[in-house]
Amino acid sequence: MNSHWDLRLPYVRRAALAVWRRNVLVWRKLIGPSLLINFGEPLLYLLGLGLGLGSFVGQMSGLPYLTFLASGIVASSAMNTATFEGMYSVYTRMVPQRTYESMLATPIDVDDIIAGEMLWCATKSTISGSAILLVAALLGAVHNSAAILAIPVTFLVGLCFAGPAIAMSAFSKSYDFFNYYFTLIITPMFILCGVFYPIQTLPQALQAAVQFLPLTHAVALIRPLVAGQTVATPLVHLSVLAGYAGLGYYLSVVLVRRRLIV
Amino acid sequence: MQSLSRSHPRGRQRTGGVGFDVAEDLPVVRARGLTKQYDGVAVVRGIDLCVERGQCFGLLGPNGAGKTTTIKMILGQSPLSGGDLRVFGQRMPAHGRTLRARIGVVPQLDNLDPDFTVAENLRVYGSFFGLAEAVLTQRIHTLLAFVGLADRGHTKITSLSGGMMRRLTIARALVNDPELLVFDEPTTGLDPQARHMIWARLRDLKAQGKTLLLTTHYMEEAERLCDNLVIMDAGRVLTEGPPLRLIKQFVEPHVFEVYAATEEIKSALGGLGACRTEQVDNTLYCYAREPGAVNELLRSRSALRFLHRPADLEDVFLRITGRDLRE
Repeated sequence: MNSHWDLRLPYVRRAALAVWRRNVLVWRKLIGPSLLINFGEPLLYLLGLGLGLGSFVGQMSGLPYLTFLASGIVASSAMNTATFEGMYSVYTRMVPQRTYESMLATPIDVDDIIAGEMLWCATKSTISGSAILLVAALLGAVHNSAAILAIPVTFLVGLCFAGPAIAMSAFSKSYDFFNYYFTLIITPMFILCGVFYPIQTLPQALQAAVQFLPLTHAVALIRPLVAGQTVATPLVHLSVLAGYAGLGYYLSVVLVRRRLIV
Repeated sequence: MQSLSRSHPRGRQRTGGVGFDVAEDLPVVRARGLTKQYDGVAVVRGIDLCVERGQCFGLLGPNGAGKTTTIKMILGQSPLSGGDLRVFGQRMPAHGRTLRARIGVVPQLDNLDPDFTVAENLRVYGSFFGLAEAVLTQRIHTLLAFVGLADRGHTKITSLSGGMMRRLTIARALVNDPELLVFDEPTTGLDPQARHMIWARLRDLKAQGKTLLLTTHYMEEAERLCDNLVIMDAGRVLTEGPPLRLIKQFVEPHVFEVYAATEEIKSALGGLGACRTEQVDNTLYCYAREPGAVNELLRSRSALRFLHRPADLEDVFLRITGRDLRE
C-alpha cells in the first residue's frame, strides 16, 4: 500500500448517474426477490411486533403502537438498507469483482463512483421505506396523506448512512470486518434511537448522547410525518442527516482513492 | 470497424494561426524520468518512453519489472512519484478524465461485469463514456462481430471461456473508439488458437491506425507485433529499439540448443572457437555468427539431441535481464 493521501474535495458530476444506472440495471434483473425482501421483512415486523406486542402496549407517546413502530421501522430500514448496500455490495464491486477498476479506465473518477453508489444506496433506502409505509397503510397504521413526505426523507437517510458504510468498505480487508460495524454502530442505534420506544425514557446522559446519532434525527423527522403531527425542529434534523451525508461522502472518497488510486 | 477517422476535438488543437496540426506530430505517450515509489521502495526508477502515433509499442520485462505500474501511471490511475508524463501532449494524471475518453484498456486480469450479459457489458461500459444509446447499439453489433462473438450477445459472462472473456474485454476497450489502446499481457493464460486470433485482431487495429501499447513477457508476441519496444527490469529501461535490430545488436544470428551435453562436446565446441557457449541448467546454448562448423560438429555425434534455430527476442531478453528466476 502506498502512503498517498489525496485529500482534494470531490466533485459531484453527471457521470455519477452512469454508475447509479448500472446498479439499477442489475437490480432490475433481481427485482422479484428484492421486492419480496422489501415487503416481507416489514410485514413480519409490523404483524409480529406491531400487532402482537402492540396489543399489550396499546398507545405509545400518544400514538397507536403500530403507527409508532411502523414510523420507526421506516427510518431504521432506510438505515439498514443503505448500510448493507454500502458495505457488502460496494465491497463486492470494489474488491472481488473489480468493477471499480474497470470504471476507472473510463472517464469515471472515484468521485463519480462514490456519488453514484451513495445515490443508489439512497434509492434502495427509499424503495424499502416506501414498501414499509405501504404495508403500514394497508394494516391501517397510516391515517394522513402527509405521510408521503416521509419518502424523500428516507432518501436523505439513505445518503446519510451510505457514506460511513462505504468508508468502512474502503477500510475493510474482508467481509468479516463488517460485523464490528453492525455490532458496535448499527445495532446500538437500532435499539437506542427511538425506533421501539421514545428516547425520553432513556437515562439523561444517554438521551444527550443519542442526539449525536443520525438515526435519532431520522426517527424524529419521519415519525411525526407518518403520524400527521408537526415536526418540532425540522432544520436541525435535516442538517444532521445532510451533514453526515456530506462528511461521509468526503471520507469515503478519500479512503477509496487511497485504496484504488495507488 | 467504423468511424475510424472520427475527429477527436482534443486531437485537433492548432497553434495560434500557424494552421498545422501539432497533435498529429506529438508522441501519443511521452515519459521523461518517470518514477514511482511505494512506501519508499522504488518500483519505476526514472524511465523515458516515447510512443509514436500508429505504432505498436512493447513494454517487456520479467515479473516485477514495473510494467503494470508504468501502465497505471499512463492511464492516470496512479500518481507519479517523479518525472514528467504526457499523453496526447497533456499531463497525466492531471487530465486523466478527458484523456481516458481517448484510450481503451485491456487489463491483465479480466474485470468484466459478472452481473451482465456479453452485450450488456459493452452497453454499460459505453455509458461510462457518456455515449448515446443509438451509437452504442450500432457499435456493439460491429464490435461483437470483430471479436467473433456476434452470436453471443445474450450469453452470461460466467459461461464464457477464458479466450472469449479476453476477446470481449478487447471489444469493451474499443467501445469508445479510442486512439490509444493499452494491453496489459493480452494473451497470458490463453490457448494457441485464442492467442493467434488476438494477435490477428491487434494487427487489424494497428492497420486501422490505432496506437497500441502492450506489455508482455511472451517474446514471440512482442517480436510478431511490436514496431518498437523497451526491455525493462527492476524499474529501469535496459534497452530500446525495433525487435529485429535488438536481436542483431545483442545476439549472434544462429543459436544451437544442445541437450545433455557432455564435457567432451563442450571442449570440442570450445576448441572450434566458432561460437559463444552458455550452460543453463541441463542445456548448452551456443551462439554463432556462422553455423557451418558448429552444425557439422554436432551432427557428427549421432546420439546427441540438439536444436538449430535463428536468434530471437527471447535470447536478447535473457541476455539482458539474466536467467535468474523472478518471484
